[in-house]
Formats: sequence, structure tokens, C-alpha cells
Amino acid sequence: MAKIPVQFRLNNSDRATFAEAADNLLTTLRRGLNEFGPKYGCGQGACGVCTVLIDGEPQLACLTLTVACEGRHVETVSGMADGPNMHPLQNAFMDNFAAQCGFCTPGMLMAARALLDRNPNPTREDVVEAIAGNICRCTGYEPIIAAILAAAGARGEKRA
Amino acid sequence: MLDIRKDFFANERDDNLNVVGKGVQRQDMPGHVTGRSPFFDDHAFEGLLHLKVVRSPHHHARIRSIDVSAAERAPGVKRILRAADVPVNKNTLLSLINFGKDDEPSLAVDKVHYKGEPVVAIIADSEAAAMAARKLVRIDYETLPAVFDVEEALKPGAPVVNDTYPNNYFEYHDKFDHQKLRFGDTEKAFKSADIVLEERYQMSPIEHAPTETNGSIAAPEQDNRFVVHSCAQGLFFSLGTAAKIVGLESNRLHFIGGTVGGGFGGKVDSITEPLAILGAMMTGRPVRYVLDREEEMLYGSPRGAERIYVKDGVMRDGRIVARHVRSYFDAGAYTRLSSYAAVKCTAHIPGPYWIPNAASDIYVAYTNRCPSTAMRGFGITAVDFALEVQMDKLAHAVNMDPMDFRILNAYRDGDMKPHRRVAKNTALIECVQVAAEKARWPISDSAKRQSSLAGGGEGERGQIPATLIDQRGQIGRPETRNAPSTQTLPAGTTRIALTKQPELEGSRDSRAAAPNVPRYEPAQPAVQAPAPLAPATPASPPPQPYAAPPSPPAAAPTPGATPQHGAMRFSSVFGTRRR
Repeated sequence: MAKIPVQFRLNNSDRATFAEAADNLLTTLRRGLNEFGPKYGCGQGACGVCTVLIDGEPQLACLTLTVACEGRHVETVSGMADGPNMHPLQNAFMDNFAAQCGFCTPGMLMAARALLDRNPNPTREDVVEAIAGNICRCTGYEPIIAAILAAAGARGEKRA
Repeated sequence: MLDIRKDFFANERDDNLNVVGKGVQRQDMPGHVTGRSPFFDDHAFEGLLHLKVVRSPHHHARIRSIDVSAAERAPGVKRILRAADVPVNKNTLLSLINFGKDDEPSLAVDKVHYKGEPVVAIIADSEAAAMAARKLVRIDYETLPAVFDVEEALKPGAPVVNDTYPNNYFEYHDKFDHQKLRFGDTEKAFKSADIVLEERYQMSPIEHAPTETNGSIAAPEQDNRFVVHSCAQGLFFSLGTAAKIVGLESNRLHFIGGTVGGGFGGKVDSITEPLAILGAMMTGRPVRYVLDREEEMLYGSPRGAERIYVKDGVMRDGRIVARHVRSYFDAGAYTRLSSYAAVKCTAHIPGPYWIPNAASDIYVAYTNRCPSTAMRGFGITAVDFALEVQMDKLAHAVNMDPMDFRILNAYRDGDMKPHRRVAKNTALIECVQVAAEKARWPISDSAKRQSSLAGGGEGERGQIPATLIDQRGQIGRPETRNAPSTQTLPAGTTRIALTKQPELEGSRDSRAAAPNVPRYEPAQPAVQAPAPLAPATPASPPPQPYAAPPSPPAAAPTPGATPQHGAMRFSSVFGTRRR
């Protein structure tokens, strides 16, 4: 079967690969481009561990066709830190024990980042809504919600 | 940072233990928040192949024939593994500690014993190719009767689930059909109790549902070894299991893991590692075997179901005088870790309460369901659910507040447990007091004044009571346990029907039963002087719970002999195997 060339930006660098028409973005990232930030949890859009940002919007990589990402900007957890400087969300997750096994964390961070980029001062309800599509099995949601609210507070303080 | 309860966990010292009692960042946190934590699937390999298994669509069936010729010719397929390709195609997990018989194949041989059992493994260039080829494997089955209920499985004439254990129960030390506990005389105590309550409890299987599914990647290394990236919770346990199954010395396997995307007990079975290694051995290429979500939920081994009968005798003043627990642990089709669950369950009876007469009979039954395995307190959790619901019902029956009722019956330091060991560091009373306070649940002033440190071990609370010996004289008399093995039944013999009367269990094997006369293990004083806080008065003559025991039978050990309890710890699993 003929493969299709695809080009997109991945965490601010241009990448090119070949994909089958039916390949999803998660398989292309993990097995084609060795980008292991997004995880496989269910392959059917139920768990959220493969959440990435496409042009700033949170999307499930397992339900996104690779060829549909042509020319778009895909961002994963691997691109969150600015060099050696962690993103405020990453610091807040560390400080609030918001990752136990760490497997849902990349997806949680992307969902949270999409929220804060859109709404720098979210309410608790906003946060709960933003991570409603991300399943966590061991950390528990409370530390994660606390971390996201703390990150929003830290950002606000910086700005003030 | 975390709020540490300094009133419970004070900073005891501040020299070389300067992190104890403080909130400290975990060392794996930076990896988790940057996506750099190396989960088993986060490794790139050139020429990676993908393994998928063909699973049984039947709960119980004989395999008449397997035809893989069409699958072998399918695009992308590199190799097909069948039962004969597995060097040691029968294993039981606890064989690593010499416990139990090998009973589970990696790929089914002539029969399948549960729906979803792996029969054939396909290794292909891509997951999609392997899954497409899966549909081309032709397997001719002859379906067999199946059994799904633990008690049905133990009835005479039930379909034999697991040929290694033809009685459908796990055989402890090749002899015993279940784990048994006896302490005092429950039957006699039930007769003298004001109220006797017997209830039936049932807990369903529970899937661990980790966000990371089970899986592993195995690849040939340059030094004639195989590197294995594994999700295993117990990496060396998995290494030993895999080495046995693939027939390699363990130093030729290089296991890498420890970063587990949620385990909860569901990643100790080492189901994927042996097949992935075997695939790498046979293809010379890296092989990845990962369960998809559907497989994880349907065929990933769950916490086993349990059916539990609890019978309690209680006096109107609230004292529980007898408890008998009979429980059936659903192992599914193979043992895995269920044999250990029953040991744990037995060790937990009668819960955190001092009850002068306690007994339990815990069975591991095989059914044509997915094999069950470890999960957070397996063997304990379900029986605790049953016991605590039962405690509420008992409190209601004697018209007591359930919190007061628990405090009245709780273990205290110095109490003798049914395992002939003295309770230490007990804290149920304090836990209930704090829970009541936090819930603003009114408890009596008397209950508020109780303490785990006071009153334990006094009088009969510190004694081993006269204990009924069954007809084989087994309880408390290990030297009698030298009868021939019941591992395999001679041809032509049939299973003896199970009875529901616990006192008669001694007659369940084919050995001659002694005359039906109750015999007793003699009452013994406590092993050590308990109750350090109440040393003032010497104990009065040890009270006998309900009646003076008859004089011990001639074969019984001398009452004054050195007690055997001290060195017998964990003997049911790890030590003192008798031959």
C-alpha cells in the first residue's frame, strides 16, 4: 500500500514522515517519530492519556488521522518545558503530588495547559470540566485539581 | 506539600534520618511531568515486530485441530507460535517458591479452560497485520460443559476445570483441600449464644483497569542476551517466571522496568514477557506484545470473586462468643496467586476482634472463568467487607450502637489470636473513637474511655482455649500430617461429596476416619507474658471457656511441652513442608 508523505510541526520543529491513510496520530508519533510523550491507554478516545494540542486545541491523538495533521502544529508534554525551565503546570504537579504512576500525567498536563492558555483564572469547576476526559487510576483527581489551580495562581501572581 | 500528621508521625530524630517525617519530592516526579519516565512501551527499536494472540471463544472446549496455513501466508506475518514452540509450556507463578503444581500453559495445548485463553501467537510487521492474520487461524473446537460458580464447581460430578487439580480445589501441600483454622469450640459456643446469625456474602471479580495495559518488548542484545522492557510490578519475579518458561538461564535475560503505569496487582502474572522473549528468540528481532484495552478488560486477570458465609454467636450484652467463616475463592481456570489469597484470608480471621471461639474454612475453587490474581489486599478485602457488614447486623440484633459494638469486641494488646500469637500494636478502639469523633457520631462514655492498651490478655483473653480436633486429629497436631499424598486420584475412584458441616471435613479424603468422638487440643497458657501495662496481679487459674476439656488422647503432645507456635510463622506457605 502506498504511504502518504505528511509534514507538520512537532513541538516547534518541522517533522516529515510517511503514514498509511488509516494511521492515527498516536501511532505515528510513538512508532514513527519516537515521540513517546503521549501514551496508549485505550485506542478509542475514552481515557485521555494520548491528549495532545493541535494548533492549541486539546485533541485525542488516537482518534486523529495522521494525514489530517498536515501543516498543523502538534504539541506534546515533551515540548512544555522551556529549556531547563519547567512550565508552571509542571512545577505545580510536582509540588502537589499530582502524579503517582505518571501514566496519565502527559495527557492531564496537555488538557490543563489548553485550559490555562484559554482561561488564566479558572474556577474549580472549569478545571474539573477541562480534565473530565482524562482518566486517572491511582493519583486521585484532587491533587491534580489542586495543582492546576495552584499553577493558575502562580501565573497570576507573576503577572500582577 | 503534603500535610504530615505530626501528632502521629513526629520527627523523631534529626541526624542521618533527616527526611523522615517531612514532605519530600519523589525522585521520579521530574520524569513524570516531562514525559521522560521510561514506561515499557516508550522504547524505540529498529525492525520492531508485533505479537498478538488468538484467544479461545469458548469457556471450556477440546481443541480438535489448529490450521495456521492461511495465517502464515498473510501479508506481514513473520512467525506463528504454537503450544509446541514453548519450551516449558506449563507453569504456576508460585513455583518460584516451590508452592503448588504447574497448571497453566502459555499457549493452550489440547483444551481451553476459559474464554479468552491464548491458543496461538502471531508475530507480524505491524499490529494491524497481526490482527488481520488472527482472523485466518482456523481452530476446530469441541465444546465441553463449563462451571462458573464456586460452590457448583465443588459438587460431585461438576466438570473438571483444571486437569492438574481434578477435584476443582487447590490442594495445599498436595494433601489438604482448603485452609482451616480452629480456635476453641465454635459449635458448642453457638449453642450457648443468645443469638446466632448466619449470612451469605458475595463479591464479584474486579478488574484492575490500569491506564497502561499489560505488555512487554523483548529484543536480542549484542551479548547473547535478551533485553526485556516489562510492565511487571515484580521485575525479578517476572524474570524468574520468564526464564523458566522460555528455558533460558536467568542471566541471559536483561529485564528493565519498574516504571509501571498502574499495577494494583494486575501486573504480577508475567503473561506477556515469555511470549515476547520467545518471539525474539525465534525471529531474531525485537518483539512487542501489548494487550489492547479490550483484552485488558476482558482477559486481564481480575481480583477473584469470593462467596463468604459468616456465622456468629453473640450474647445480649454484645459480646461475640463464636465466629465461623466459610469462604470460596474463585481462582478461575488456573491457580496463579489464589492459593496465597486463601492463606491470607485465613490469617485474617476473625477480623480485628477478640472472639473466644473462632474457626474458618477457606477454599480455592476452580471455575471456567478468567484466572484471578493479586489485587490490593486480595483474600482480605472481600472477607473484611463481609465481616464489617456482619458486625453492623450483629449490633442491630443486640440493639447496640455499631461503633460501641466494635469497641466492645476489638482486639487489645495482649489478646491471644486464633493463630496462637499475641496481638500487639492494636489500634481498632482508637480508630473507631477518632472516626466517631470526626463523623460526629455519638458513642457511649464507656466506649470513649476504652483503650487498646488496657484489659487485653486478661484471663481467657490471653489463653489458647481447648480446641476441637477434627477426625484426622489435624488441628494443632502437625505431627499427624504424614498421610500419603492426595495429589492424584487413583483410576476408578470418585470424589467424595463435600459436606456443609465443618466438623466433618476430616472425612473428605479417602483415609479412614477416626470414631466420631470430639477430641480436643489441650488448653495452653499464652506463649509469652502479655499485657505489659497490667502486670500487678498474677492471672487467676486459666478459665476454660465453656467446659473443662476431656483428658487429651494418648497421642496428643504433652501439655507442658514447648509450644510450637514461635517457629511456625507462615508455615502454611513458606516453611515446614512435611514429607
